[in-house]
Amino acid sequence: MRDEQLLEAIERYLSGEMNADERRAFEQLRTENAEVDQRVNEHQQFVGVLKQYGERVELEQRLNAIHQEIDVQAIEEEVAIRPMWIVDIWRHHHSKISVAASIAIFAILATLFVTGKMDNNSTYQELSSKVDKINKTTSTLTKTVNALKNGNRVLPQDKYRGTGFAISSNGLIVTAFHLIDRADSVYVQNPTGIFKTKVLYSDSRHDIAILKITDTSFTGLGTIPYTFKRSEGDIAESVYTYGYPQDSPRYGRGELTSTNGLNGDTLDYEISVPINPGNSGGPLLDGKGNVIGIVKARENGSEGVNFALKSSYLLNAIQNIPSDSATKKPVLNTKNTLSGLTTVQQIKKLKNYVFMVKVY
Amino acid sequence: MNKEFKTSTPTDSEIVFGILNNSESAIKRLYVAYFPMVMQLIINNNGTADDAKDIYQEAIIVLYNKIKKGEFELNSKLKTFLYSVCRRLWLKRLSQMNRYSGDLHDFQEYSPVEDEVEDQAERNMQFSKMQSALGMLGEPCKTIIEDFYIHNRSMQEICENFGYTNADNAKTQKYKCLQRLKKLFFQQK
Repeated sequence: MRDEQLLEAIERYLSGEMNADERRAFEQLRTENAEVDQRVNEHQQFVGVLKQYGERVELEQRLNAIHQEIDVQAIEEEVAIRPMWIVDIWRHHHSKISVAASIAIFAILATLFVTGKMDNNSTYQELSSKVDKINKTTSTLTKTVNALKNGNRVLPQDKYRGTGFAISSNGLIVTAFHLIDRADSVYVQNPTGIFKTKVLYSDSRHDIAILKITDTSFTGLGTIPYTFKRSEGDIAESVYTYGYPQDSPRYGRGELTSTNGLNGDTLDYEISVPINPGNSGGPLLDGKGNVIGIVKARENGSEGVNFALKSSYLLNAIQNIPSDSATKKPVLNTKNTLSGLTTVQQIKKLKNYVFMVKVY
Repeated sequence: MNKEFKTSTPTDSEIVFGILNNSESAIKRLYVAYFPMVMQLIINNNGTADDAKDIYQEAIIVLYNKIKKGEFELNSKLKTFLYSVCRRLWLKRLSQMNRYSGDLHDFQEYSPVEDEVEDQAERNMQFSKMQSALGMLGEPCKTIIEDFYIHNRSMQEICENFGYTNADNAKTQKYKCLQRLKKLFFQQK
């Protein structure tokens, strides 16, 4: 019971209920007894917390009562930052908007899929068509360049078939360079057979190529009946050509109309002999059976204006055949066996020496 | 964005002296005057009207105690002080709930009030310990203690209320109750 009495004393001391004597005695005890002093402090502090707690509870009740009277809703609406109308729309309609968006996306994807725009090949096709375009452009350019080189003439290039003629009995054949340009292989055919050849010499500037028959079945041609005219032909001279514009040989005749080619090109004769694609590379002969040129091209748009390379350039080309070629320099025929014969007889004699050139 | 509130705002000194004189109307005027400001802060920063109420009442208590202790300096504005405390409390609450995005939408200027908020947090902890200790104490102890220590009733009144035949029995009962309350209070960690 000692402790209970002490507590009562502490409470009476703290609340000021003690009279002066009691107070003095208690303070005396407090200074002498540290334990009592500690109890006083402890109790004071604890009761303090208890009282403050009570006050807090009471204050909270008062605040709650005040809060009850406030129109919280109205204040909330007043102070809320009004979201933008678009956010409002989204809040109220987001499910509908989502569905609409999904449908739209699906529709776009489906359209893309159906029209094949999603296909990766489309890019590839585009690319390949681009390549095609570029190819076309390039070939057009090549054509233009060739046309310029050759004096703006249309060449029977697309036929891949032309004419050639023998210049020596061992199987050297001259033809137009443009026929065999970029050829895989070149064959020649005459009434006796078809023979494989190789290109021995080519000269794009003069549009001359010289082939050599390499076929094992080839046994030789015999003496060439015509000669090659070194000098220039005469205007108005009768000339003819013999060649393969189609599968059967064709004879065509006319006159030498100019000693200059297109735009004064001195390489060529201008002739009125009818020429077709396929005549290219064929021989142009005068009435005595001299080869005076190689049929080359015709002028686009004007009938009967055709061109043949002068034979002097053929002779130069023959001289220029590289010496390391398998064959020795061809010995050109100097004896013309056609002179004095009629054209019919001439043709009969020379038909085996004129070849169809087939390019693969 | 910053709305000014048209309610007749009491002057700071009116409030301070009103609270020092235990004027009921002073607290009410204070409460009504600044609640919208705090509501604006809370509900525009991921809070609800109930959060606003909790935070605001806490801040009012901080201010009330500060005024009662005579620590509130009249040269600092009540409004700024309340806003700062609410802001600080709300930041704490948000980070406790892991809802703080790192960016608070402010509506008023504010001053540092960390010390006040920390003191308040410590007191709150003691009070919640006291509350649960009293809760565990049970009747009639709880009422005796509350009547005597909080409501400052005399032992005579308490005797009559509880029908004790003499004051000594009541005192003994009160002594036992207080010892148990202390035990319950200090047991909690």
